[in-house]
Amino acid sequence: MIDTIIKLWSKYDYVYIDGLLGTLWLAAVTVMAATAVGTIIALMRLSGVRLLDRFTVLYIGVLRGTPILLQLYFFWLTLPKISPITLSDTACIVIALIVNASAYVAEVIRAGIQAVDKGQKEAAKSLGLSDRNTFRYIVFPQAIKNILPALGNVYITMVKQTSLASVFFVQELMTSYRTVQSATFLAIPSLVIVGVIYLVVTTILSKGLDLFERRLQRNE
Amino acid sequence: MSESKELIYVVDLCKQFGELKVLKNITETIHEGEVVSIIGPSGSGKSTFLRCLNLLEKPSSGKVIFKGVDLADKNIDVDKHRQKIGMVFQLFNVFPHMTVLENITLAPMLERKISKAQAEDQAVELLKRVGLLDKKDEYPTRLSGGQKQRLAIVRALAMEPDVMLFDEPTSALDPEMVKEVLDVIKSLVVAGMTIVIVTHEMAFAREVSDRVLFMADGEIVEQGSPESLFLDPKNDRTKDFLSKVL
Repeated sequence: MIDTIIKLWSKYDYVYIDGLLGTLWLAAVTVMAATAVGTIIALMRLSGVRLLDRFTVLYIGVLRGTPILLQLYFFWLTLPKISPITLSDTACIVIALIVNASAYVAEVIRAGIQAVDKGQKEAAKSLGLSDRNTFRYIVFPQAIKNILPALGNVYITMVKQTSLASVFFVQELMTSYRTVQSATFLAIPSLVIVGVIYLVVTTILSKGLDLFERRLQRNE
Repeated sequence: MSESKELIYVVDLCKQFGELKVLKNITETIHEGEVVSIIGPSGSGKSTFLRCLNLLEKPSSGKVIFKGVDLADKNIDVDKHRQKIGMVFQLFNVFPHMTVLENITLAPMLERKISKAQAEDQAVELLKRVGLLDKKDEYPTRLSGGQKQRLAIVRALAMEPDVMLFDEPTSALDPEMVKEVLDVIKSLVVAGMTIVIVTHEMAFAREVSDRVLFMADGEIVEQGSPESLFLDPKNDRTKDFLSKVL
């Protein structure tokens, strides 16, 4: 088994490395865009404007209540039909991953903001701070300490979920597994290689997040 | 006191949470320089009434006129007027992510637009007054409950308010810390600050108040000087309440 794995790696290492790069690229784009979109969704949710609130509840509800694989199919099938410009499969999948992740990011941000003790906002308001200053100087700095650790977990999930893009042959690690598997008919060794690469990536990520979290908590 | 100027004038104030009427048509005046204590059983609406005075709680109907301006009017900028109404909470609500000094200087710098140096000078003076100067660079987690509450008081004072509202300021404190907070409030009384305080400290209310309001079921049932209210209550509910707490 070990021999086969080593042989497979030495022959097809470039396939896996291309896959890893694809995964990292997908993950980075998804994380950044989903964070931006998710923040906007969270702010809409908390805006107190009824229409916006209703929309976001629906948005988050649908995205969290249906399987991500279904969403990928849905975007992959419908986006090319409604888009004025030609979209590649990869583009459709990236958009679907971003939209899906934005719902989870939005919930993490909303929960983080709402977890800030109500008395903090009241104290700021009682001092005569404007809503804007209250959010900026009192609520947000405390919310971010709730948000960042939880967001880290969402990011790690997102990295793993990019593997679903392999269903559509987007270049990433699971697609590398399929490529090598179909060329060699060696499924399990290829799977082990890809699994180890995922583990290395997620372990580095979570260690990094731990370090960051501890830094955040140094005050107080 | 009655001939002095009106500072807060509450007219027909009602507050409802769903079906529950918490405040029923309260009309009351707070005069400049007056110290008013509000006592009564829990659930009587004392805290809600106090919180309506600076619009932290929005009245369902009625007016809260502070220095001639109706704070319940949607067209005014209530934040501006709140700057002149200090408030101290039962659970302190100091800002945990800021040092003691930053807790005090934040609002004056942002809303009174004074310089950092000026705000810090003022904060240092205030901290001296309440014996917390040695804590100025600490974060609030390092403070005791009594110290947090003293910080909360000077944080409010830094905005140079015309009136201070106290919402059960000693109820969350360990017994040995009650006195240090009451002493600070007493020093404000001596300095002539207008004060409205919701409290369960009957002895304190009796000692410092010009007037005591007794609330029950969303109404001010009885009021008067501390002597008359505590020694010679007229209303049955007042008598009943005082017999339980005194």
